[in-house]
Amino acid sequence: MKKNKKAFNKGSLITLLIIAAVLVLTVVLENTINANSLLFTVIRKSAVYSLVAVSMNLLNGFTGLFSLGQAGFMLLGAYTYAILTIPSDTRESIYYLFQGSSFNFSFVDLFSSVFGQQGAGKTVSLISGVLLAIICAGIVAAVFAYLIGLPVLRLKSDYLAIATLGFAEILRAIFQWDKLGKVTNGANALRGYPTFADFNITNANGQIVFRLASFVPLLIAGICIFIIVLLINSSYGRAFKAVRDDEISAEAMGISLAKHKSLSFCISSFFAGVGGALFAMFASTVQAKTFTSAMTYEILLIVVIGGIGSVSGSCIASFLYIACSEWWLRFLDNTQYIGGKQVPLLRNGFRMVVFSVIIMIVVLFFRKGIMGDKELPDLFNRLLNRKKKVTVKEGTENE
Amino acid sequence: MSNTILKINNLKVNYGGIEAVKGISFEVKEGEIVTLIGANGAGKSSTLRTIIGREKPSSGTIEFAGENIAGMDTTSIVKKGITLVPEGRKIFPDLTVEENLKIGAYMRKDNLSQDFERVYSLFPRLKERYWQAGGTLSGGEQQMLAVGRALMSKPKLIMMDEPSLGLAPIIVRGIFEIIEAVNKEGITVLLNEQNANMALKAADKAYVMETGRITMEGTGKELLENEQIKEAYLGKSKK
Repeated sequence: MKKNKKAFNKGSLITLLIIAAVLVLTVVLENTINANSLLFTVIRKSAVYSLVAVSMNLLNGFTGLFSLGQAGFMLLGAYTYAILTIPSDTRESIYYLFQGSSFNFSFVDLFSSVFGQQGAGKTVSLISGVLLAIICAGIVAAVFAYLIGLPVLRLKSDYLAIATLGFAEILRAIFQWDKLGKVTNGANALRGYPTFADFNITNANGQIVFRLASFVPLLIAGICIFIIVLLINSSYGRAFKAVRDDEISAEAMGISLAKHKSLSFCISSFFAGVGGALFAMFASTVQAKTFTSAMTYEILLIVVIGGIGSVSGSCIASFLYIACSEWWLRFLDNTQYIGGKQVPLLRNGFRMVVFSVIIMIVVLFFRKGIMGDKELPDLFNRLLNRKKKVTVKEGTENE
Repeated sequence: MSNTILKINNLKVNYGGIEAVKGISFEVKEGEIVTLIGANGAGKSSTLRTIIGREKPSSGTIEFAGENIAGMDTTSIVKKGITLVPEGRKIFPDLTVEENLKIGAYMRKDNLSQDFERVYSLFPRLKERYWQAGGTLSGGEQQMLAVGRALMSKPKLIMMDEPSLGLAPIIVRGIFEIIEAVNKEGITVLLNEQNANMALKAADKAYVMETGRITMEGTGKELLENEQIKEAYLGKSKK
């Protein structure tokens, strides 16, 4: 028993080191190479997507509830975040079609009236305002999830998926409704709220001294994912897995199905809401029409490619997915000439063809996703054990 | 005389218009092994599912330790000290043996180390495999795990639905040894079995169910020697 625990710690240690290395590398790269490189867009977007993918995995992979409402909860989170942080003085110009917002309140303003608007006070009020708004975004999503869950969680598998998908579509329509314009700005975009770029440290003249715009989303998503991992390994996580594996047995053990399904749905939606807020910060404008069901499918694809039931799989897959769709395959969209001759097939849109083929190949060769239901620490442990066995064998041969 | 721990009175259960249990009454005394035998569709599983609260009775009472639990939700019934080993074992295949056992103690907040020891001493095989996923165990080991998992909740009454289903004869014998061992720990056992021969040998008291009614009752020995039972369930050929 002890031996096993030790090996477990080693694997997790390596994983933690890798995560730390990625964080440090991001900060270093951000401040040394061209900040407009697509790499940073990819890092920011994949940080956001990995959080949402992990939250979806918590529901689909660990509790066995097939929900497709992720975009809906992201929309709730994104709007909550934006509405709570747009500075009061710019609201008039953003809500110009509706003669100003009915909601003249901003967390950042609130904190800057406490901590001051200059220097350190400004930074503190920015950070605390943004964090509070992000948490509110999650809470709003979780409250909606609770209410939706009351009727919907009685459904199983495909029916649950259809119901949650419908909910997300309804939300999208409601948020574009003119009558709510004073709150949601109708079909127009919300903007002007703090984004990741606001976290770059500037000097008095407004010049950027130290860039943190890619580090911040990684850090926030990382902390959230860490919380989810802790939850999965707790007794609640075990109960979720029990509900997924066998409802009858789980109930016979005294696990209340309704309570645990609802809990998992709310927690998953909370983090989807936080993900939505981060997505708003990434995109710098919020518009209901971006949160389509296609967005949910993208996230579902990431979860499936990474491995249903693997947190690290979701994170790796989201980086690969975003990098492929936004960055590595870009060249396929540009017409190119070799020796005066146009290369066939390369034209706008060809990227998506190649991308789809790659996804098909991945799914064919990794039936259970890149990671299956294993986590990175498991993988390292297995590698370490294999090495040990090899050395032991060599040792006996030498004797 | 020992006390009655479970008393079923005129219990009726409906499934979408079909009356699966048509008014049965029986009782289980503390420390006994009681078995319900009968063919498929006799209403044995429905009875157990109703006791644990998965189905709501249409009428009748279920008294557990003097309290009517009919119509309560499963969680509170499990809390009161009843547990069910479901038909087909139904262990959690993706959780390890140890995690399966921990789930069994989900309702409890106290220290589990003693109970782990108890289960592992009853089933040393489980201790050897504590890190294995439940789904990789053999059928007999899975049944051990299912029983062990049920023991972890410190039940007063353990109900088993067809524990011998789909297992080889030699394993079935092992299962009945387990049942007797569990009973020796002071836990009352209510058993559903189609394997009437084994069940009657183990049971203190037995009830025969046919199409939703109890048609016969007696001690295990009495029923074993009953001509009708021999013909219908024990495979004695008519002469």
